[in-house]
Amino acid sequence: MEYLIIIISAIFVNNILLAQFLGCCPFLGVSNKLSTAVGMSGAVCFVITLATLVTYLLQYYVLVPLHIEFMQTISFILVIAALVQMVEIVLKKVSPSLYQALGIFLPLITTNCAVLGVALIVVTKEFTFGGEPHMLNLAESVVYAFATSVGFGVAMILFAGLREQLALNKVPKAFQGIPIALITASILALAFMGFSGLV
Amino acid sequence: MAVQSSFKNMVLSLMVICFVSSALLAVVYVVTKAPIEAASAAKTNNAIAQVVPEFDGTPEKARIGVAGTDYIYYKVSKGGSVVGYAVMASATGFGGPVSLMVGITADGVIYNTSVLSQSETPGLGAKCTDPAFADQFRNFNPAEKVLKVKKDGGDIDAITASTITSRAYANAVQTAVDVFKAITSGEQPDAASGASVSAAHTENDNNGGHSNE
Amino acid sequence: MSKLQLITKGLIKENPTFVLILGMCPTLATTTSAMNGMGMGLATLFVLVLSNMAISATAPYIPDKVRIPAYIVIIAAFVTILQFIMQAYTPAMYETLGLFIPLIVVNCIVLGRAEAFANKNSVIDSACDGLGIGIGFTLALTVLGLVREIIGSGSAFGFKFISGDGILVFVLAPGAFLALGYLIVLFRKLTDKK
Repeated sequence: MEYLIIIISAIFVNNILLAQFLGCCPFLGVSNKLSTAVGMSGAVCFVITLATLVTYLLQYYVLVPLHIEFMQTISFILVIAALVQMVEIVLKKVSPSLYQALGIFLPLITTNCAVLGVALIVVTKEFTFGGEPHMLNLAESVVYAFATSVGFGVAMILFAGLREQLALNKVPKAFQGIPIALITASILALAFMGFSGLV
Repeated sequence: MAVQSSFKNMVLSLMVICFVSSALLAVVYVVTKAPIEAASAAKTNNAIAQVVPEFDGTPEKARIGVAGTDYIYYKVSKGGSVVGYAVMASATGFGGPVSLMVGITADGVIYNTSVLSQSETPGLGAKCTDPAFADQFRNFNPAEKVLKVKKDGGDIDAITASTITSRAYANAVQTAVDVFKAITSGEQPDAASGASVSAAHTENDNNGGHSNE
Repeated sequence: MSKLQLITKGLIKENPTFVLILGMCPTLATTTSAMNGMGMGLATLFVLVLSNMAISATAPYIPDKVRIPAYIVIIAAFVTILQFIMQAYTPAMYETLGLFIPLIVVNCIVLGRAEAFANKNSVIDSACDGLGIGIGFTLALTVLGLVREIIGSGSAFGFKFISGDGILVFVLAPGAFLALGYLIVLFRKLTDKK
């Protein structure tokens, strides 16, 4: 039950793109085509879940025991950068077809603030899922990270679908490109606000 | 511009950069440690000073367990007699926990409340920090009135369109009142109270003798 | 290019927010009021100038293949220093901006300037470039924050001039996208005529 609340909350109510504004660069940058949006979402989903697992362990088994929590930002970003490289290498060897689909997005993910953002959120923010405010445990963190990245995918794919339609319409010159995309995103965010209060 | 990459110079340059950065960080950490602690102590002290009547000396920090949860509270006194307690309590609001510092005078009346942290919606629930809402709790006597929003049969006017936040605020204050009852019943064993007291021990206040008059 | 040109080009011609459309996350998330937008802009400015200088000074010694990780470490170090300083001297602002201070590390503006400018220019030029882009970013965030604050809560820099509520949606998420969208349109219109 508690996990269900985490999942619904992370996908719809506190959608990472439309409510928390994390990962907006790929949201606006690679949402021109539905196919690239799907690829990006898949890669982000994979990396966020894995990165959160690793940084959670790093935080509680290395940084906290050594009292060097102040190295959090620097160590998290290094771990994420290394992880992305490793995923790229492993994927290339193990599954060339998956690498073809996700490969070009992987280098971009290091500087996707959604990854570092989620990793930092789970170790700094108190959550109130199912009762008293508490820090997330390992299982909850991973579920939260996965659900958040699914939320990223949902918003991304919906948005890419809208933009594909939009490309067929005539838009005033000054609005072409990013401005009309932002206004579309605004309407999408408005729709997602309807979910607030659900959990 | 950049030198040719070889395994040796790649490892070496990264190591040097990591080492220099870490050293730099350690220095800044040591330099800013005292101001950071002072800033956070000042924040707590300000919150305490805001919610309790005038006092002298340093607030005495202590913990108490009520119904299985540990609460932090500060006892303040003037001229040797206790004038009030500042209790830290939180409840689940709309966007996350709403944490309050609740000041209760020695005779059980709420003196004032102050929001320590909240992540409610700006313009809606975040209005719980506005005096228009928060001042309802000033001089609120929980023995005479009910700490609930009017919708739930209490005496608190909820913030427009933010019943959940208002409810959380009232709940947190109610928790503080329960903690207060547990504290006073713990110190005067013959006073009757519904809350169960599991442990009440005083610990030294660690803010290094910052007095806040 | 003169030093002055390096600084001023970041304001209009290469404005990071309105022209280059970079660093969208903090732009959208922290501009609920003019003050918050300005705080975020200044924090980014601090990191941008220092990291640009440090990267420009060290770039000749860093092997090409590991330059990105090296830059990230340098930027992360300055961000952490900024975190300490803000915690110590502006704790309220640090708390308001919260997560978005450590996230300056992955702000594409900072890494973008390192890669596009700092690693092939002198220290002084890189500092000027960082200053210009940083001021451009700060101005953009302040303007966006101001617009959202005026429409959304009827106040400017915390001074309330309309009693009661504003159009609340401008403070919330959809208003961020909408306000930025229209500001970019306005910016394009204004710069086109020149």
